[in-house]
Amino acid sequence: MSTRLSKAGRLVDTSKSVAFTFNGKKMQGHAGDTLASALLANDQMMVGRSFKYHRPRGIVASGAEEPNALVNLGSGNTFEPNQRTTTTELFDGLSATSQNHWPSLDFDIGAVNGLFANYLTAGFYYKMFIHPRPLWKYVYEPFIRQSAGLGKAPKDTDGDRYEHFYAYVDVAVIGGGVAGLQAALAAGEAGAKVLLMEQTAHFGGRAPVDGGTIDGIEAETWIAGALARLDEMPNVTVRRRMMGAGVYDHGYLLGYERVKDHAPELDAPRHRLWRIRAKQIVTATGAIERPISFAGNDIPGVMLASAVRDYAVNYGVAVGQKTVVVTNNDDGYRTALKLKELGVDVPAVIDAREDGAGALADAARKAGIRVEPGKAIAKVKGGKRVEGVELCRMQGNGGAVIETIKCDAVAMSGGWSPVVHLWSHCGGKLVWDEVESHFKPDPDRAPTNQEGKPFVITAGSASGPLGLGEVLSDADAAGKKAAEAAGFSAASTPAPVGDARDEKPMQPVWMMPSDAVYNLRMKMWLDYQNDVKVSDVQLAAREGYESVEHTKRYTTLGMATDQGKLSNINGLAILADTLGAEIPQVGTTTFRPPYTPISMGSIGGEARGEIFQPIRHTPIQQWHIDNGAYMEPVGHWRRPYTFPRGSETHEQAVNREITNTRTNVGLLDASTLGKIIVKGPDAAKFLDLMYTNMMSTLKPGKCRYGLMCNENGFLMDDGVVARLDEETFLVHTTSGGAAHTHAHMEEWLQTEWWDMKVYTADVTEQYAQIAVVGPKARKVLEKLGGMDVSKDALKFMEWTQGKLGGFDARIFRISFSGELSYEIAVPASQGRAFWDALMEAGEEHGVMPYGTECLHVMRAEKGFIMIGDETDGTVIPQDLGLNWAISKKKEDFIGKRGQQRTFLASEDRWRLVGLETVDGSVLPDGAYAVVHGHNENGQRTMIGRVTSTYYSPTLGRGIAMGLVKHGPERMGELVEFAKTDGSTVMAKIVDPVWYDKEGEKQNV
Amino acid sequence: MSEAISVLAGANTEGFCRVSELGLHGMITVRGDLSNADLAKALCAVAGVDALPEVRKMVGGLEGGIAWMSPDELMVFVPYAQVVDKVDELNSTLAGSHFLAVNVSDARAVFGIDGAGAREVIAKVAPVDMSPEAFTTGDLRRTRIAQVAAAFWMAGDDSFRLICFRSVGDYAFKLLSVSAAKGGEVGYF
Repeated sequence: MSTRLSKAGRLVDTSKSVAFTFNGKKMQGHAGDTLASALLANDQMMVGRSFKYHRPRGIVASGAEEPNALVNLGSGNTFEPNQRTTTTELFDGLSATSQNHWPSLDFDIGAVNGLFANYLTAGFYYKMFIHPRPLWKYVYEPFIRQSAGLGKAPKDTDGDRYEHFYAYVDVAVIGGGVAGLQAALAAGEAGAKVLLMEQTAHFGGRAPVDGGTIDGIEAETWIAGALARLDEMPNVTVRRRMMGAGVYDHGYLLGYERVKDHAPELDAPRHRLWRIRAKQIVTATGAIERPISFAGNDIPGVMLASAVRDYAVNYGVAVGQKTVVVTNNDDGYRTALKLKELGVDVPAVIDAREDGAGALADAARKAGIRVEPGKAIAKVKGGKRVEGVELCRMQGNGGAVIETIKCDAVAMSGGWSPVVHLWSHCGGKLVWDEVESHFKPDPDRAPTNQEGKPFVITAGSASGPLGLGEVLSDADAAGKKAAEAAGFSAASTPAPVGDARDEKPMQPVWMMPSDAVYNLRMKMWLDYQNDVKVSDVQLAAREGYESVEHTKRYTTLGMATDQGKLSNINGLAILADTLGAEIPQVGTTTFRPPYTPISMGSIGGEARGEIFQPIRHTPIQQWHIDNGAYMEPVGHWRRPYTFPRGSETHEQAVNREITNTRTNVGLLDASTLGKIIVKGPDAAKFLDLMYTNMMSTLKPGKCRYGLMCNENGFLMDDGVVARLDEETFLVHTTSGGAAHTHAHMEEWLQTEWWDMKVYTADVTEQYAQIAVVGPKARKVLEKLGGMDVSKDALKFMEWTQGKLGGFDARIFRISFSGELSYEIAVPASQGRAFWDALMEAGEEHGVMPYGTECLHVMRAEKGFIMIGDETDGTVIPQDLGLNWAISKKKEDFIGKRGQQRTFLASEDRWRLVGLETVDGSVLPDGAYAVVHGHNENGQRTMIGRVTSTYYSPTLGRGIAMGLVKHGPERMGELVEFAKTDGSTVMAKIVDPVWYDKEGEKQNV
Repeated sequence: MSEAISVLAGANTEGFCRVSELGLHGMITVRGDLSNADLAKALCAVAGVDALPEVRKMVGGLEGGIAWMSPDELMVFVPYAQVVDKVDELNSTLAGSHFLAVNVSDARAVFGIDGAGAREVIAKVAPVDMSPEAFTTGDLRRTRIAQVAAAFWMAGDDSFRLICFRSVGDYAFKLLSVSAAKGGEVGYF
């Protein structure tokens, strides 16, 4: 069993107990525990089940590399799945549940899969679920979805807040072990602005656990001193609980700061995502210990040797009462020695090397530990917990068991791999180190920045060296090099001196024993989370998977949430061995950010709830909200769709608004319309190029409707242009098209016609603009008084300005409804007061506000097109019968040449017509006109489609516009439109102008 | 005429620093050849400052100042009540030359971010180096805050002024307020 030791761990405060629950069971830990150490202290070794076989899974590691011990954390609005117990700091009230088990962790039905492990080999899903095809949709896919995923998806909205933070530094140092501390010191002393981040709550990394001296003092004392010196440097910032998550081009670095995961009671952002620009990035990310592939290496109680040491020293937890150490290098002996020192029984150290270890082996023997060189574990005995190991010779097939050693924990050390992830994210290359049997960064092939110069430097064991002395000198050099590359001159102070490494070389052990038989190999786990075994990778190789990337995807090796931090090197070594290739030739899979998963909340930052995205408000918005408007999105605006009254349906409300506007007077908040000032000696010439029609002939005081096309000839935007004076035009755009149209103008002015004397400015939001529409519109304005808006003083398509009812007003007499209509612009800050004044003045005339749907129906009754309805980026003005708005006199305009291309000039294009259903019904929006026959895709042959369709209360029937092949030449003919229920509806081709064809009503 | 009302009518919040909407201010977008001495002279006279701002700088303040906006664009600040006259003044002084001066006072929202940690509030939402070494009084950026366009400058110690479009004034206010909420102190600068 795992228990708390009598000697307290260095990171826990035994005077403070912390209560938490695991699967509902109440447990106690200490302040300073991780959830993993607290679980182990409560003898909870088994914490979950594996993905495929539902095998019992125990804690394997003590840090970010942990593949097994993932839990559901919290509940309700703080629930989060797949949380690593090894990196979760314990807090009072923490509640965790294990994942991927049913009905309970101890008794799991899915474990029956394990009995069929012979069949569930690599590629099983690909092979099994492909035939017969029809079974995929109803049988296989639901089954796979049911069993997919480890944790549960949260159901509630996240209750926390998150934020981003932008920081700019000369040197960012990732990792606060002794290497990171020394690199930060060296760069800081050179004067560089340094940001040092450490993913855990503690600095010093492994050194305090592994021991040793630096400059003649204990590592832990040196670390405290280094932190104090960094603290005194004003140019150095030190952050804990902050992980370097990803390195990107141009020195961009993401730092993931867990602000309050350890103290949820704080009123603070939960995570803060730092978006850092660094001139140089130093990765002092350390190294990760590798497991050894022996049969039963996944049974709870088998753990990395370094983790066993960490739990003992840092948290005062013995993971077993009898712990067997199995190793292929000297470092494993440190675990044996430390356990012995703390009073834990170590039945044996099993060393795969024939000639064993050096000084550390002597120390072990001196401490009374049995050392077995040249030996191996044939098999671990036990189910939910280690019960013993079978000892055999390393050279052999494991058939001849020498002895069974009773134990309840196994500490394994397969050597160390530098953490090269951050080095690799942006293109840093690796080399294979024959001595340590690991991939390490190749400093000659570093990631390069915008100047083609290296911008990532590794420090300490992330560079390869594993001894304290080499780690410190490498880190010191890295810090100085980074500072110099960032433009500082580093001092020539000597690097701190750490203990020299006195160890015998490690011996690569990719499989234990060397020639293990199949039934052992299929119990040797490479990837614990995804259940990938040595036998699976070997099978993949035999089936022809030679590329490591393909093998990864075929076997799922390294594809779990731990991204193969423990399994990758072992897996590709097995692949290389099976293929008869060298490991460097097989290579690694790609290292992608983030280093460990970061929260979705941190990525979104503050963008949630009310500020998920900016919503644009007009100055009259609050009135709409207060008066029950039903809103619809128009770009980032929210515009009133209609203003329902009492129990009205939206349809009834829209019909009422239309009838009232056509008989009395209506108000529309048109503030969202784009308004762009175009000024300069060449403004008229410029607008002649921007619009299809002639704008230079427009007189000051007049308005003209214009069409804007892109260079391909397709209709892009439309609106009314008013000439303010000889040199100045006010261009109106659609509500959604203002920013785009402005950018379009600027692009042409800045890149093509830079010699034109024209300036533009977007003044959309300077004005509140209100349309006063209907036969009684003039009476309302006259009631406000102050300006002559009579038929002769202000003719159709003219504008004027003055004081209207005391407001600074510019009045445009334009109409999008066919009625007598004025659009009045006032400064935005007067907008709400002006609206109120219009409502008051209009009361006696039956004024009502109307929304966008009423606007749409009224314009359709008049046959006016709407950008986005009649156009979709493939429609040219000629398709819409707008030839009258395309100047034939102008030498050029944007889109002219495009429109001359044969397929745009073709008579066979679908063109705009009105559509009148025979039965008076409303055509479905987007419905296609169909004829006999099928096209090459097997679809009904189509000759047109509906672009706008409404019920017209004015006409008492459905009206529609659509694009139909040869449409204008087919007036009066019947066309068949397909409905989604399979039936069709007949419609007659008619003129698209339904209402007041002569335009008398708008001209009164 | 009824009283003109700014987008949030002077709303404010107190977090670890204060975020306040500062009401209406006269703002004139000017585009032209900024090396033209006549233009510079006219603008300085209107704004009551001695010289045009350097690149990414602000001279003067909200009641009379000029902000650099782009190589051919400035924002001139004048008292709100005078803005129409000031535009007329520019147009008559510079008549005959090619430039654009347009009143955008009502198209903008103006905010103040004041108090210790004000730098951090901006550094949470704008991709700008807000460290005291890099950003000092008179420095200005025309950039974005989170998802909207904005310009801001440092008016004095722990004091920033920010302008954005009026339609997103509500968004900007909530964005700045949550970024200034207590408990969110970063402690970096």
